[in-house]
Amino acid sequence: MGMEFNKETFRKDFTFKNSAKAIKRFPFPFYEDSYMYSVNMEPHVPGPKGSVFEPMFDVDEHYVAEMQDRAMVLAEDPLRCQSLPHMTLAGWDLLELIMESKARDYPEWFELHKDGHNWHWINRPLGIDQKFTFLDESTLPYGPMEYITRQSQGDFTLQDQRDDNLWIEAGMVTTQADWSLDFDIGMSFHEWHAPVPRAHELGVFDRALKFLLKLQHGAPVRRFNWTLTVDPLLDTSPENYPKWGPMRADISPENVGERMYLRVELQTLHRLPRSNAIAFPIRCYLIRFDDLVTVPKWGRRLHRVLRDIPEDLATYKGFLRNRDSLVKWLSQYDDGAPTSTGWMAD
Amino acid sequence: MRSRPVYGELTPRPGSGHLFVADGEGAEAILDLFQKAGAQASSLLEKSHIIYMPGPNGTDFGARLEALGAAQYHRSPSFASAQSRLKKVLADAHMGLQIYLAGTEGLMGQAQRDVIEAGLPHEAVQTEHRGSTVRRVQCVHCKGITENVRTDPIKCSHCGLHLFVRDHYSRRLAAFQGVNIDAEDPGQVPAAVERFK
Ligand code: HEM
Repeated sequence: MGMEFNKETFRKDFTFKNSAKAIKRFPFPFYEDSYMYSVNMEPHVPGPKGSVFEPMFDVDEHYVAEMQDRAMVLAEDPLRCQSLPHMTLAGWDLLELIMESKARDYPEWFELHKDGHNWHWINRPLGIDQKFTFLDESTLPYGPMEYITRQSQGDFTLQDQRDDNLWIEAGMVTTQADWSLDFDIGMSFHEWHAPVPRAHELGVFDRALKFLLKLQHGAPVRRFNWTLTVDPLLDTSPENYPKWGPMRADISPENVGERMYLRVELQTLHRLPRSNAIAFPIRCYLIRFDDLVTVPKWGRRLHRVLRDIPEDLATYKGFLRNRDSLVKWLSQYDDGAPTSTGWMAD
Repeated sequence: MRSRPVYGELTPRPGSGHLFVADGEGAEAILDLFQKAGAQASSLLEKSHIIYMPGPNGTDFGARLEALGAAQYHRSPSFASAQSRLKKVLADAHMGLQIYLAGTEGLMGQAQRDVIEAGLPHEAVQTEHRGSTVRRVQCVHCKGITENVRTDPIKCSHCGLHLFVRDHYSRRLAAFQGVNIDAEDPGQVPAAVERFK
């Protein structure tokens, strides 16, 4: 396959760029011309060849650069990766799931060899060759969750299940849409979702939790979430808000196409076999508005979604102050033509 | 806000022992409980340990609580100074200990956290909010906690950033979240309004 990994940055000079191929396979999240919260979950089964759904965990051209960015965030703030003591077994479950999936889906890049509990992991893109003993923490340079998520794009949280609830009790969170693991760790499903507008009243969280409590091992599900970000900044954490907040004030009708990004999270949910915990990978994809509108259906649709989204959602997602500029800019790409339902380009 | 605990009303329950932790007006919730206990009050008091501190607004009903005549009564100047005693009592707890927390959210939240850390069942804990509504606020940026927050916004007592006080609450930290209010437009800080008394 021989993919090149981009040399690029997600901070300061922001050299991040999507290739034509990455634009084509971008997971555009809007199924129709409007958006409202819903219990949008479907089985995480392999999708079309080349799509981000083809593998269990997508590895794309941004892989190496994203892992370098994660290492920088962790060096600045180790609290972005936390695991309460009873979550170590779930960490091993996650390590196994990711290693097995990557070795299966990308054999040219990743290999996993097992001899009982003696495992040998090879990660060629990152130049890692590690022999270790499965379930023995002392044989890895980090705890199992931290070890494997330093090698996997996207954020990860691990939820323990007890008392008919899910408890967010471990996570690696460096590419988040403005929420704090350090603040939320230890909370239950409705507690960590407390700040979300409307969805509680719509019954979304009651139904989603009920569904997740019965999630079966081997039958993962997926859903999308999205927001908007100024510049391709992965680390839009509340911790660093004073650093990135001012960028929102930079947006003007002249620079929308270049500096505004649609930020899509492909979230999957996996029941873990030993711990019975649920793993929640949150994979972030960024696309510049200039690139997005090269697909006519996406330009039309994003214009309509942002124009019509209720104000409380725009406020929550943090783009209310720029909404008018964005909608005005996008309107150039909306000729009013009908769009087909579904995610696919027309 | 669904992350905020729901508080109830203290009622006497059968137990092997009774631990009360209260501040300020929380004392009156304890006094009311013993009133409700009626004829049971004296047998309850024989197995009671009360830890009390004045409220953040200065309210101090210590003398009235002491006059109840519990087996153990201890007055502390602050939660911080009471904490090592509380932890010892929790570590020594026997099966069936009932725990009653009353007063400000900050006091109940911090005591509750010590109860959970000691591995005691949360069903053994009752809470009742009385008195001041001042908040404990964690600065999401520097992680420092500012106590007894009355206004919104506030200035973080550690890093000095101006913080908007959210309703999002963490039981683990026993604190509300504070987020920089002028991050997007540095220097534009709205006047502080007294929201918590
Ligand atoms: C069990 C794993 C999950 C975790 C750890 C998780 C975590 C989070 C967090 C931390 C937030 C941000 C809350 C804030 O503002 O502080 C959020 C937002 C949200 N979550 Fe979840 N979530 C999970 C599953 C789900 C599921 C299954 C659904 C629905 C089917 C859902 C629906 C939402 C919605 C609608 C939002 C608001 C997003 C936005 O408008 O940007 N979540 N979630």
